[in-house]
Amino acid sequence: MKTLDAVIAESPVFAGLTQEQLEFIAGCAQNVHFEEGQIIAKRGDAADAFYLLRIGEVALDIDVPNKKSVRVDTVEAGQVLGWSWLIPPYQWNYEVTATELVRAVSFDGACIRDKCASDTELGYALLMRFSQVIVGRLQATRLRLIDIYGADTH
Amino acid sequence: MAQTLTETAGSLEAMTPVPYAVTAKRRDTYDTWTLELEPVDGDPIVPGPGQFNMLYAFGVGEVPISNAGNFETDERLVHTIRAVGAVTKALCAAEIGTVIGVRGPFGNTWPIVEAKGKDVVVVAGGIGLPPLRPAIYHVLKNRKDYGRFALLYGARTPTDLVFLDEVKSWQCNYDVDLDITVDVGDTDWKGKVGLVTKLIPPAQFDADDAQAFVVGPEIMMKFVAQELMNRDLPAESINVSLERTMRCGVGLCGHCQIGPTLVCRDGACYTWDKVEKLLAVKEL
Amino acid sequence: MRAVLAPEALEAIVDALRRRDWRVIAPTVRDKAIVYEEIASATELPVGWKDVQAPGSYKLERRDDEARFGYAVGPQSWKRELLAPSVRLVQIKRSNGGLEATKDAAETKRTAFFGVRPCEVAAIKIQDRVLIGGKYADEDYLQRRESSFVIAVNCGEPAANCFCASMGTGPKVEDGYDLVLTEITGGTHRFVAEAGTDEGAELLAELPQQPAADADLTAAQTVTDAAREKMGITLDRSDVHDLLLANLEHPRYDDVASRCLACTNCTLACPTCFCTTVDDANDLSGEADDRLRSWDSCFTLQYSEMHGGGTRKETKSRYRQWLTHKLSTWQDQFDTLGCVGCGRCITWCPVGIDIREEVAAIRATQEAKS
Repeated sequence: MKTLDAVIAESPVFAGLTQEQLEFIAGCAQNVHFEEGQIIAKRGDAADAFYLLRIGEVALDIDVPNKKSVRVDTVEAGQVLGWSWLIPPYQWNYEVTATELVRAVSFDGACIRDKCASDTELGYALLMRFSQVIVGRLQATRLRLIDIYGADTH
Repeated sequence: MAQTLTETAGSLEAMTPVPYAVTAKRRDTYDTWTLELEPVDGDPIVPGPGQFNMLYAFGVGEVPISNAGNFETDERLVHTIRAVGAVTKALCAAEIGTVIGVRGPFGNTWPIVEAKGKDVVVVAGGIGLPPLRPAIYHVLKNRKDYGRFALLYGARTPTDLVFLDEVKSWQCNYDVDLDITVDVGDTDWKGKVGLVTKLIPPAQFDADDAQAFVVGPEIMMKFVAQELMNRDLPAESINVSLERTMRCGVGLCGHCQIGPTLVCRDGACYTWDKVEKLLAVKEL
Repeated sequence: MRAVLAPEALEAIVDALRRRDWRVIAPTVRDKAIVYEEIASATELPVGWKDVQAPGSYKLERRDDEARFGYAVGPQSWKRELLAPSVRLVQIKRSNGGLEATKDAAETKRTAFFGVRPCEVAAIKIQDRVLIGGKYADEDYLQRRESSFVIAVNCGEPAANCFCASMGTGPKVEDGYDLVLTEITGGTHRFVAEAGTDEGAELLAELPQQPAADADLTAAQTVTDAAREKMGITLDRSDVHDLLLANLEHPRYDDVASRCLACTNCTLACPTCFCTTVDDANDLSGEADDRLRSWDSCFTLQYSEMHGGGTRKETKSRYRQWLTHKLSTWQDQFDTLGCVGCGRCITWCPVGIDIREEVAAIRATQEAKS
């Protein structure tokens, strides 16, 4: 198993940060694990944490009244889970569940957020990187709106 | 004053449907069925991987449908059909014993035999899996002749995945790196959610020595090809299957043209470098 | 084998052909146009008629001589004989829960095409390549083609829309005929005839004739040379294949689309357009299906239809398909260009779209760029 510092340093979402910035972030991080089926967050919960998944898969669901929950996305090992910690109103938007055993690095988002308010360089750097994650997820989601496998109807 | 012909087949034979009876029928999804067909007389034709037949529903019409069977055992024809129009609906309504007409095989074949020794990446979208089945069978049957084998499969929802049991059995019984995703899932779905392109970055293959085979809607093939090229797989190593209106299936009626190529004659299997620019022009 | 024929010898040609029990299809005037129909006598030829053609316009005018072939081309081509507009290929019957399919064997009587223009000879060659020169040969076309006997007639009088010289297909034919005539109206009205095959020579030998002197040959050459000079707007074919492929999104297509009615006249009149559709037509009892091969056109919406949608919905895309196929991708598919410069698409277009003009317009902006 890699050390926490190594995982953070190698993750694309922290690429290019200064040594000092990385050390600060590592200081806000810890290893966590979730059991299969464990709820990581619910819609509306305060988003004070985000995660870097090392092993396992996490699902994002939307509960639809009178219908089965819709699974709108999954986040896999190596990817970042959670950006609402950085964007107001700092709330989780989905039911977030571990679909299998998950090992992850958890980050104290509230703490990093506060630091960004005064350390604007760090703030800018993190916002740039997380916005790329968000844009990537948005593009992928929009492509699914086309219903590419649907039968052509006129 | 006609020119001399060399090695040319008469079209009438190719335009005449041969009677085949439905010997097995399975419902795959809410709008997709798989039919197994055996000739009323004689031996069945043996389409190669990537080829298609024109299937004829009496009194309704004909459609081109890819071969979804095993080209190395000539027991019967297997076709997976999505009921979207009058002809496909009629074919999907056929019962065991119903006789339909078959013409073929037409089109060219996947270079799956030529891919021996290489890593193979198969990317199927939706109902794109059945046309890839013959190539997949060949790799599985000759597994040790190939390198790594990644099978990436995407569909809109879990209920749109066809042959799921068979696909999973391949994973159990053969050395196959299977990865499946759906555009949208539900809480019973234990797998990945996202576009099939999501499965490409983590797929295991050596871009210097691999062949990819991609079948699905045109827009899906475009995105998948782009992702594969992002992994440094050359466009010449990406094989796709094009679809266009067909009437005759034998290169005489002109309908299936896209730019310089006649899909029934030069395709439907193409390498991406040959078709990328054609597909980029709207309504070409 | 060469000879000089008097105008009266044309009747001898028709007699000789009919003696062989062949059908004779030749130009004749009907409904104010020169069409190709079965004739029984050379008097039915368009004697003393010429055609005046312009974009979207066709009319006949009397000549001041008795030229038998003093016109360019009519609305239809020999395509109507060889690639018949509608043919039953197969009949499929229901039987005991099964299907029975029977092929129709085409049986065409030997037919002489009397009066085939050089551009039309070229068009027939092109259709031969498409329909019987590939992996599958269209048997109906092949049978009709093998039954055809070609009497070509070189051109002396191009119409304003003719551009065979640009396409390398005329006004003089080099090969592809059984017999070729060149009509000389200056001086003594006569024809220089030359056989292209043994069968042509056999026919020629039966006709009343004079030997062909050098003066006759020179006069014949002058006729076709003069025709070449008289031709109007040209089309530069040297680079047209690449030019069109490099300009698939050219704004000119929007311009054409605002004029084009997608009426399909051009494809009907064109001697090389070969697109057909295969349709199964039930009879009322529902027990039999006739599989028909019929002319189709890339200009219709249905042409590109696929499970409920079509790949060429806009008129612009359909015009582009026709133009780029005719002058560009035909080359990739069949190793020749598809256009023979007969000008029919220009004449018979109700809004007078001129293929020469469209290509020039695309080339003009191309040249401005470089």
